[in-house]
Amino acid sequence: MLPGTGDFSPGDGRMIRIHLPQKALDLAGEMAAINALGSGAVASFTGTARADDHAGQTVTAIELEHYPAMTSAALQALAETAMQRWPLAACCIIHRTGIIPVGDAIVLVAAASSHRVAALESCSFLIDRLKTDAPFWKKEYYDNGSARWVEAKAADTTRAQDWNIRA
Amino acid sequence: MKLVYFAYVREHIGYDSEEVDLPATVQTIADCLGWLAVRGEGYRAAFADPAKLLFAVDQQMADQTANITCCRELAIFPPVTGG
Repeated sequence: MLPGTGDFSPGDGRMIRIHLPQKALDLAGEMAAINALGSGAVASFTGTARADDHAGQTVTAIELEHYPAMTSAALQALAETAMQRWPLAACCIIHRTGIIPVGDAIVLVAAASSHRVAALESCSFLIDRLKTDAPFWKKEYYDNGSARWVEAKAADTTRAQDWNIRA
Repeated sequence: MKLVYFAYVREHIGYDSEEVDLPATVQTIADCLGWLAVRGEGYRAAFADPAKLLFAVDQQMADQTANITCCRELAIFPPVTGG
């Protein structure tokens, strides 16, 4: 059975929620669920499909391909790494797949802690590492009917690697 | 062994997965790329810039020197761009 909005899986006292819906994210429901845990500090990041211009064409939708046999395990491992590094009560990673119209959310990452620094830093860590470690590929569709695979950015790799040396 | 392809690698090759019997001469991922590249133009296009490709052996990230003789599933894909 597919999990509903805000269903956290408890394990060793750690609440982790990983979800890969093919439809619009329920951002309000997800945030209500993590806030309801009563941790005191919740930080979140939402990534949204932008109407970017590329070579004179405007993006109308993006498509998120992923590796179903690997994606959930990669995100679970990422969440567990964050849980070991910061004192978190919960974290969630919700990533939409399939066709995503411009303006819709692609990803929601949220972390709950009793301390704001842990919530803020871990949230940043989760999205930085998701961008380099999780098997997703983004294709942009343009208003003239053409399409293009998005290329990985060196700056994203640098940001993700910076977490290796940060205290 | 099952080969799985994603994004532009999948599009160049023309399918998302295939079953193959590797010859005994193919020991590593790099060997496998060389063996596949002679199968057709789609493979050559997909592997044109091998330094840019990523690999997962049984769903764990691996580099081109990884031994795949006991591997069940080898995934070949470009750098990831989620989030």
